[in-house]
Formats: sequence, C-alpha cells, structure tokens
Amino acid sequence: MKSGGLAGVIENAGVLVDRSRGYWQDFQNWVQLDSSTLSPGRQLAVKYFIVAVILFCAQILFGLLAALQFIFPGFLYEILDFSVNRMVHINAMIVWMLYGFFGCIYWLLEDESGTEIVGLKYGNIAFWVLTGAVTIVVLVYLLVQIGPGKDSSLWFINEGREYIEAPRWADIGIVAVVLTFFYNVVATFSKGKWSGIAGVLTLDLVALAGLYVAGMFYMTNITHEQYWWWWVIHLWVEATWEVLVGVIMAWSLMKLLGVRRKIVETWLYIEVALMFGSGILGLGHHYFWIGTPEYWLTIGGFFSALEPIPLVAMVVHAVYDAGAHSFKTGNHPALAWIIAQAFGNFFGAGVWGFMHTLPQINLYTHGTQWSASHGHLAFFGAYATINIAFFYLAIQHWRGDVWMAGGIKNAWRWKWALGLLNAGVLGMTIALLIAGYEQSFIERAVEGSTWGGYFAAQSQPAFQSAMTWRLFFGLITASGLVLLVWDLLTIGKGEERKAEMPQQA
Amino acid sequence: MNETPLWASESFWKKTAIWVTAGSFLILVVLTFDSLKQTTAGTQRVPAYDVINKKIDYQFDKELNKFMPVIGGEELLFGKEYTEEEARELVDLGKKTTQAKNCMNCHTLLGNGAYYAPDLTKAWLDQGWISPEMREDMMLQFLMNPEKNARTFGTGRKMPNLGITEAEAKGVVAFLKWMSSIDTNGFPYNFKTLYAED
Repeated sequence: MKSGGLAGVIENAGVLVDRSRGYWQDFQNWVQLDSSTLSPGRQLAVKYFIVAVILFCAQILFGLLAALQFIFPGFLYEILDFSVNRMVHINAMIVWMLYGFFGCIYWLLEDESGTEIVGLKYGNIAFWVLTGAVTIVVLVYLLVQIGPGKDSSLWFINEGREYIEAPRWADIGIVAVVLTFFYNVVATFSKGKWSGIAGVLTLDLVALAGLYVAGMFYMTNITHEQYWWWWVIHLWVEATWEVLVGVIMAWSLMKLLGVRRKIVETWLYIEVALMFGSGILGLGHHYFWIGTPEYWLTIGGFFSALEPIPLVAMVVHAVYDAGAHSFKTGNHPALAWIIAQAFGNFFGAGVWGFMHTLPQINLYTHGTQWSASHGHLAFFGAYATINIAFFYLAIQHWRGDVWMAGGIKNAWRWKWALGLLNAGVLGMTIALLIAGYEQSFIERAVEGSTWGGYFAAQSQPAFQSAMTWRLFFGLITASGLVLLVWDLLTIGKGEERKAEMPQQA
Repeated sequence: MNETPLWASESFWKKTAIWVTAGSFLILVVLTFDSLKQTTAGTQRVPAYDVINKKIDYQFDKELNKFMPVIGGEELLFGKEYTEEEARELVDLGKKTTQAKNCMNCHTLLGNGAYYAPDLTKAWLDQGWISPEMREDMMLQFLMNPEKNARTFGTGRKMPNLGITEAEAKGVVAFLKWMSSIDTNGFPYNFKTLYAED
C-alpha cells in the first residue's frame, strides 16, 4: 500500500507537471510572442520587465490588504498583520521599480553604445540570483515575519527599517548584483561609444550603488541610524532615481518623437544640475525632527522648496518636444504614459512634496497620512509611469515594430488602463490628503500627538470615510492594472501594419 | 542659424551640472560630519544612555518658543541604577527588538514609519500610562501581551502578539525612555506629558 502510495504520488506529480506544461504551452500560443525579434541584450531586459510586472501586481495586492485593515482592523489579525502587508506593499514597489529601471537600461544599452552587451552572461546570472533572492526574502517576510531582538533577525529575517527592510544577507547580494550591472554598463559603453547620456548614467549608477551601502549598518543611536537611512531613501528617490528617469526619458524622447540628441542631452545636463543642486541638500527636510541640529530647518526648507523646479522643467521639456513634433509618434500608449510621467512627477513629487516640506507646516504634517498621500502620487507619477511607457516600447519591438496607435484593434484596453490607473492613484492621493489634513488638525495641532490624540483623529468620520474612498480607488487602480497586464500581453497581436518610427531631425 | 549662446550650450550645462553636484555633495559631507558629532549619544541633543536613570519630561520653553525635553533628577527604571555601559546594552536590546519586530511598519519613530499606530517618539511620556508609578508595569504588560492589554481607544485596532520576552520588553521600555530625551526641535508640538498639570 505504501509503495503504491508513493507511486501514486509520483504519478500525480507527473500529471501535474504535464498539465502545467500544457497550460504554459496554451499561454504561449495565446500570447504569440516570438523572442527571435529581440537581441540577446533585449531578451535580458524583457526578463526584468516580466518580474517587474509580477511585483507590481504584488504591490497592489498587499496594498489592498493593508487598506482593508484600516477599515476592518480584525482582518487577517495575527495572520498577515498590517506591518507585514505594508512592508510587502512598499518593498514590492521599490523592487519592481528597480527591476523596471534595470530593464530599461539593458534595453537602451546596445542601441546607445552601438555594440553588444559585453558581460551578457553575467547579466543573466545576476538576474537569476536577484530574482531568487527576492523570492526568498518575500517568503521569509510572509512566513517568518519577525524574530527575537538579536543580530541574527536583522541578518536573516528583516531589518525593520522602512523601505530597506531586506535582511543584511540580501543587502550584500543586492550590492553584488548592482555592481555586475554597473560593470556591464561601463564595459559596454567603453567597447562601443560614449555619449552624454552614457556619462550621466554611469555617474548616476555609481551614486546609486554607493548610497545603498550607507543603509547597511545597525546603530543603537536612532538619530544616527535615521540620518544614514535617509541618505539611502532620499538620495535614491529624490536624486539618483530622478536622474535615472531623466536618462531613460531622454533616450525615449529621441526614439518616440525623433528629438535631436543635442537638445535632449543639453536638457539632461540642465536637469542634472537642477535635480542634484536642489535634491542633495533637500535631504535636509528629513532632518527637521530626528534630533539633528537646527540649521537643517533652514537648509532643508530652502533647498527642498527648490526641488519642484527641475520637475517643472521636465514637464516643459516633454510637452514642448511632443508639441514641436506635432505628437507624431510610432507608439501612442508609450507617449501617453510619458506625458503622464511628466505631469505625475511634477504634481506627485513636486507639488505634493512642496505642500508639506517647509518646517513650519511639517511640524504638524510629519508622520501623518500627508506623507502617504505624497508617496502614492509621487512614486506612481515619477516612476511607475515611465516604466509602463517602456513596457509599451518593449512590447512593440517584441511584436516586430508593429503599428501601435489610438486606432488599433482593442485600443480601448490601453486607454482604459491608462485612465483607470491614473484615476485610481489620484483618487487615493486625494483621499489620503483629506485624512492627512484631518490628522494634522485633530491629532497634531489640537490633541498634541498623544496616543489618545492619535486615536481620536483615527475615529473621526472624515478620516474613516477617507479610508473607505482610498480602498475604493485602490480597487479602481487594481482594475486598471489587470487591464494593463491583459493589454501588454495582447496589444499588437495579429497587427500587420508596421509602425512609422520617427527619424531624428 | 545663429550660433548657440553660451547659456544654452551643451558644454556650459555639462560643466554646471558637474560643479553644482560636486559642490552640493561637498557641503553635505561637511554638514554630515558636524551633525553626527552633535548627535552622538552623550551630547546636548542626544543624551547618554544612562539618562534612563533620570526623570525626563517635555515642556514648552518660552524663551526658545518650542517644546524641549527637560532632564530632571533621579527616577530609576525598574528600580535599578544602570551604569552607562549597562544602559547602553539595555537600550541596544530594545532598539534591536523594535527592528526585529518590525515596529516601524505600523508605528512611527521620530515621526518616520507607517501610520497605522501611534507615534513612539514621546511614548514614554504619554498620558495613556496614567501615572509614573503605574507606567513601567503597564508598558511591560502591554508589550508582552498586547491583545489582553489592548489600548485601542475604541477603534478595534489592536497590536498583535509579537512574542516579546520580558528582557526584550524591558529593553524596549528603556529605548523608549531614552528616545523621549532626544531634542527633536520641538516635534511633536503641543504634547502634554503625564507629568503635566491640567
């Protein structure tokens, strides 16, 4: 009986494997994508994009669970607590955006350098190492969750530091992978040709990798710990990531609209000057209340007030170029997402950031849903949008450079995905802003930030209805994402007409 | 076409980008050295760990026009006087516990973290602990058995049981007491401590 049981298990497993192989085959037949249209470097880029989309779905799923817990606090209590869902929500976001950026860079690298990627083999190994590590980290987050107050917990479970919770072993892995990536970029440009875009990209990647190391130390002194922690978070998302997006945007505008290289590169330098000129010392707006000296109130307030300027410049840049080229582009969905990026970045990072960045107002808004409101619109507007634009560029090429415009078959899908995602995130942003206002008044200004004040604010009808609206718009966002994935898998399928890609003037 | 003026030329902006970036970074590095020096444990802004032996309060300073921590006389924690090294070890255990238990993904510490649970910056001084005499015990009970000692203020939002041991709970309390002594430039504003008289 026992041996029969074992044979049965093996047989069942065999059936299961066959069946999933069958499903995979069906899926491939349905998608009809032929990777032979892609160079080996772009095949690697596409791998990054696929994982990015999967993690994007995870981000939204766990965001919805956390949003539900604001309304039903008993939901998944002691199974998947808010802390776990929220950690996976923000970590999936950071990681999918990095995957997207890596994919974008691998995508444009061969084109920009004029040669094949030098260390493609290492690039592929690094991809699988990173993806394996991310999988293990997420499984540990979900299944182990927390550990005792010992170093081993920080090394193997989670570091308990918002955004960079990944345990130390994974940190080391991430740095190794980024260095491999960096090697590939530098070696490829060195073999092929350098350009302004290449130079900015290389220097930016040095900063990106180097800054991460600042977040890899444990410190008892929480002021020192948060000081370095912000070096990573702020100088990533408000400086090096923005410049990385500038690089990707510069290359995309040349490809999508045929803008001249000289114009794009001059703009890129202006943006770097403005972005780093305001963003590096703008770091000071995180040093108002963590124990650091008072001069940060002045420095942080002043420089972070300048931070929206480069974002205005980027809007002007994108809209001007699109207008100057009469919106003539071979890829409408990508251009639409690029425009969404320009405005989303300006409003989310620029306006929403500026609204609560001065210390006089931040004293009341710091640590309230204001930050969540800003975070939602800024991360989506600045980084999700540009990645999605790139997904469309990639799929178009993958389909064999087919026509991709407003008038294609099933164009409603990309338009509705664009509309639902933008409306969903904007709705969440407004709901959270209302919650943030209410919290700043009731909890902070009136009740003086005590625990009693905190819960008084959380119980207010204005706050609670805001949380319901946030969930509603979260569901809108999720439906937009489902549509986006469906569209990315099917757009251009069976399309025979070739796209007319603009030539550089 | 006319020649591109200097201010619109690529090389001008390239140089500007390099100089602005390098200059800003240099200033940041200098300020970082100064900030770290001014916030090392044992300074005016960030007191030494043995401050947990003292009474800590948080009051409005009329002259500075902001709320400031006020370090008073002896007020021992768990009835014991800690040396600086013992205090550091205890605070260290507490700090490590707050990270290993992922406190920051519900709470905020110094205002940073998630917004599902109250800020912990001045949690040691919160009026929710009723009186200085009851505080230590209530905090330990809460940390070790949060479900039974839930402090939901009618919202139904309860802290989950995180398996915190008694030693870890004492560490967390010490960490919170020490953190409440940090000069946070008046954040949070208008906070009334459990020493405050109405």
